[in-house]
Amino acid sequence: MNTTSQELDQKQAVTALRRKDLLGIAELSPGEIELVLDTAEAMKEVGTRPIKKVPALRGKTVVNLFYEPSTRTRTSFEIAEKRLSADTLNIAIGTSSVVKGETLADTALNLEAMSPDMIVLRHASSGACHFLSRVCRSAIINAGDGMHEHPTQALLDAFTIRERKKRLAGLKIAIIGDLLHSRVLRSNIHLLTKLGANVWVCGPPTLIPADIRRFGVTATSAVEEAVHDADVIMLLRIQLERMEGAYFPSLREYFRVFGMTEARLQLARPDVMIMHPGPMNRGVEIASEVADGPYSVILDQVANGVAVRMAVLYLLAGGAEHEEAA
Amino acid sequence: MPVVMDADRIGRTLTRIAHEIVERNKGTDDLAFVGVRTRGVPIARRLARTLREITGHEIPTGSLDITLYRDDLMRHAVGPQPVVRKTEIQFSIDNRKILLVDDVLYTGRTTRAALDALIDYGRPKAIQLIVLVDRGHRELPIKADYVGKNLPTSPEESVQVRLIEIDGEDEVVLEAGGGA
Amino acid sequence: MKRLLKGGRVVDPANGVDGVHDLLIEDGRIARVGRDLPVEGATVVEIPAGFVVCPGLIDMHVHLREPGQEHKETVATGVASAVAGGFTAVACMPNTSPVNDNANVTSLILARANEANLARVYPIGAVSKGSKGELLADIAELKQAGCVAITDDGHPVATALLMRRALEYAGMFGMPVIEHCEDPTLKGDGVAHEGFHASSLGLRGIPGAAEALGVERGVLLSELTGSAFHVAHMSARASMRAVRKGKEAGVRVTCEVAPHHFTLTDEALASPIPYDTNVKMNPPLREAADRDAMLAGIADGTVDAIATDHAPHHYDEKKVEFDRAPFGIVGLETAVPLALDRLVHAGLIRLPRLVELMSAAPARILRVAGGSLAPGSAADITILAPDLKVRIRASQLRSRSKNTPFDGWELRGGVAATIVGGRTVYVNPETVMGSGVI
Repeated sequence: MNTTSQELDQKQAVTALRRKDLLGIAELSPGEIELVLDTAEAMKEVGTRPIKKVPALRGKTVVNLFYEPSTRTRTSFEIAEKRLSADTLNIAIGTSSVVKGETLADTALNLEAMSPDMIVLRHASSGACHFLSRVCRSAIINAGDGMHEHPTQALLDAFTIRERKKRLAGLKIAIIGDLLHSRVLRSNIHLLTKLGANVWVCGPPTLIPADIRRFGVTATSAVEEAVHDADVIMLLRIQLERMEGAYFPSLREYFRVFGMTEARLQLARPDVMIMHPGPMNRGVEIASEVADGPYSVILDQVANGVAVRMAVLYLLAGGAEHEEAA
Repeated sequence: MPVVMDADRIGRTLTRIAHEIVERNKGTDDLAFVGVRTRGVPIARRLARTLREITGHEIPTGSLDITLYRDDLMRHAVGPQPVVRKTEIQFSIDNRKILLVDDVLYTGRTTRAALDALIDYGRPKAIQLIVLVDRGHRELPIKADYVGKNLPTSPEESVQVRLIEIDGEDEVVLEAGGGA
Repeated sequence: MKRLLKGGRVVDPANGVDGVHDLLIEDGRIARVGRDLPVEGATVVEIPAGFVVCPGLIDMHVHLREPGQEHKETVATGVASAVAGGFTAVACMPNTSPVNDNANVTSLILARANEANLARVYPIGAVSKGSKGELLADIAELKQAGCVAITDDGHPVATALLMRRALEYAGMFGMPVIEHCEDPTLKGDGVAHEGFHASSLGLRGIPGAAEALGVERGVLLSELTGSAFHVAHMSARASMRAVRKGKEAGVRVTCEVAPHHFTLTDEALASPIPYDTNVKMNPPLREAADRDAMLAGIADGTVDAIATDHAPHHYDEKKVEFDRAPFGIVGLETAVPLALDRLVHAGLIRLPRLVELMSAAPARILRVAGGSLAPGSAADITILAPDLKVRIRASQLRSRSKNTPFDGWELRGGVAATIVGGRTVYVNPETVMGSGVI
């Protein structure tokens, strides 16, 4: 954690992201997070206009470099970039071709020879964005790296919660599902604890990362305990493709023990919000009645993703080293 | 640090502008105010209030943040990005006469950005520009339709408009050096 | 050809020597050790005050990569790195390409070592053919060709049964079985120590128990067979407990610890360089409690030897995403500064114990010459400058590969000179000896 930037926060409101990259929530100060969320509010308004486009990033080139299939995140970034008038370039590289093809460093350097200003990277390896930021001059935006972080997802989750609840501090937020493999979890834990929420994480013991309590959260495998009086319930995707490790006996059994049903929902606060980063497995981590029910803000999350990503793109366009303001 | 307009003067000026608006537009039909953030917004609200007192009609009022339209945004390789605030225009600007309000008219670049921004909201019938102070030194072919005060300045000077809603007092001050 | 090393602090724990003595080298052998020896026509080498003359250091765990991976290291560059690190001998692991599971490979390595003519090289043969864990390699042939031990290092010996047979069979030749202790199912596709930092960085974890299971298995089978079992690169506190218990029960178990495991913890994954592939090794850097257990074992005698697990990798191979990078770091040229700084100057052990860990014990475990300054033995000698201020520079390493996490580190203690068979094979230009006759 960056204590110096946190100390700065206390002295004055943060008005700029003085950094080259967005690699994770871990390195952001609470003030920087608030700045992104505030800026996203302004950006959200842009999406309500007849002409949903502003010239802020005119002349900037953004490369969306996706090494993992992703419809939601990539589309969201692309819309955000276009709404800011950036030139965008989408590169989707199948993981299989990477094995025999060029290295990530070489791909990035080749791209960089074409002078993009930012690279939005989605990659299956944790730390791929850190690695790229050491190799590249371009700003790197983490669109999900392995099991590490997915910072814009956490920012849009926080934005969505703040929009409804007007605050994050003091809320009980239960995050339930495959904690072990989830980058969304890690980013959300960092963000929510930094902004003072009371975070509970819940899943089968086989899917709880080692030493999770050191993140400042309460961990449990009793879903009722996690859901009890929760203001927000955030469900994480059970990655069906990873179940070969037999982390639990069957999807049916997972749903029986951890699935979010209307009955379990009764334990939460009456104004509880149900969130899911998508894509959902209905009948595994969430019952359809809950996903489609009145507490669900899942589609709001998608809509807010564009605004949050616009904010990040805009704020990072300033770069890390700031000269005297003109 | 000479005070060029005090609270009384600002009040009288805005009342005068309000009358000019009614006269020039032959009433208040189709009018709407859009204040440019930050200090154009309270000025627009005051004008709307005055117009309501004069005519009994409520004029819709919105606020416009022009940051994303600034022509100096990407001029520097690196620099802190200016803070973006929310634009709130809760009405359609199509076929309305938009009264665009700002505190100081200087180079005209802010107004240019505001015009571009407004056009993205629709196709107004007309846009008229209201400024509390015109300090000269235009860099673009832009002219205000209503001017509170023409204030000859040198480029080194800076004009500070202070408003109760934001600064706790009403006054316009001409400051020497370190021009803004 | 006589040379007299005059006035150094001679530390030779095998012979109970620790004091200012002269040491006479004659025809490549140690002739005499004693106070104020007569010069009698010998070339006199004045050892500066504070410098230490000790039996040549032996690194019993290095990867020389030849044959097959000469882009990482060759025998020649490896032994150059060894002598620059103060080692007069190294034992090299069989996971080359092809695997050292037959006399041809062993002979090739020894021939290359002869050509290089710097440090002595003791090849270690494979337990199983191709290290595939199926059929025993021709161990007698390996022994005859010059192998001093067997291991399937890089991986554990595949099954308990194969390990039992290896211990029994190698025991016939007095060769220890060296084991990369690890339960492969528990390790899975882990890339870092299972703990807070791996959780935080989203890296798949390898629990300490994965290693300890292998240690427990080996200790039990060593007890069953009565053969010598050696734990390579030990890193987990549960492993230390297993070795300690085994030793108390009289089992013939020995173990080694690498400098990075007594120096670093898994915190290095996160800072100063997040996801630095030069802190990726197997076994991984573990948490502070494990590191402290390694230090405690070094201090209390449970740990027999310090070995580097010198694992050179080309920079292209390390310049990738963390989970794609190969495991391992180079260690030959950083071991002495780390050991002197972190163990001796830190007050954990005294110099004779360090010499025991880095020279006498490896010689004893591998049953090779060295580890002693007894008259008549080959003049393999390391001269240490215990107070030398050393700055590690990756770019200056003699090894063909530069994959070290210690680049830029400043440490107290270094190597002044390395003598093999009476011949000076390395002099550190940054010590006063660099300008003198040696």
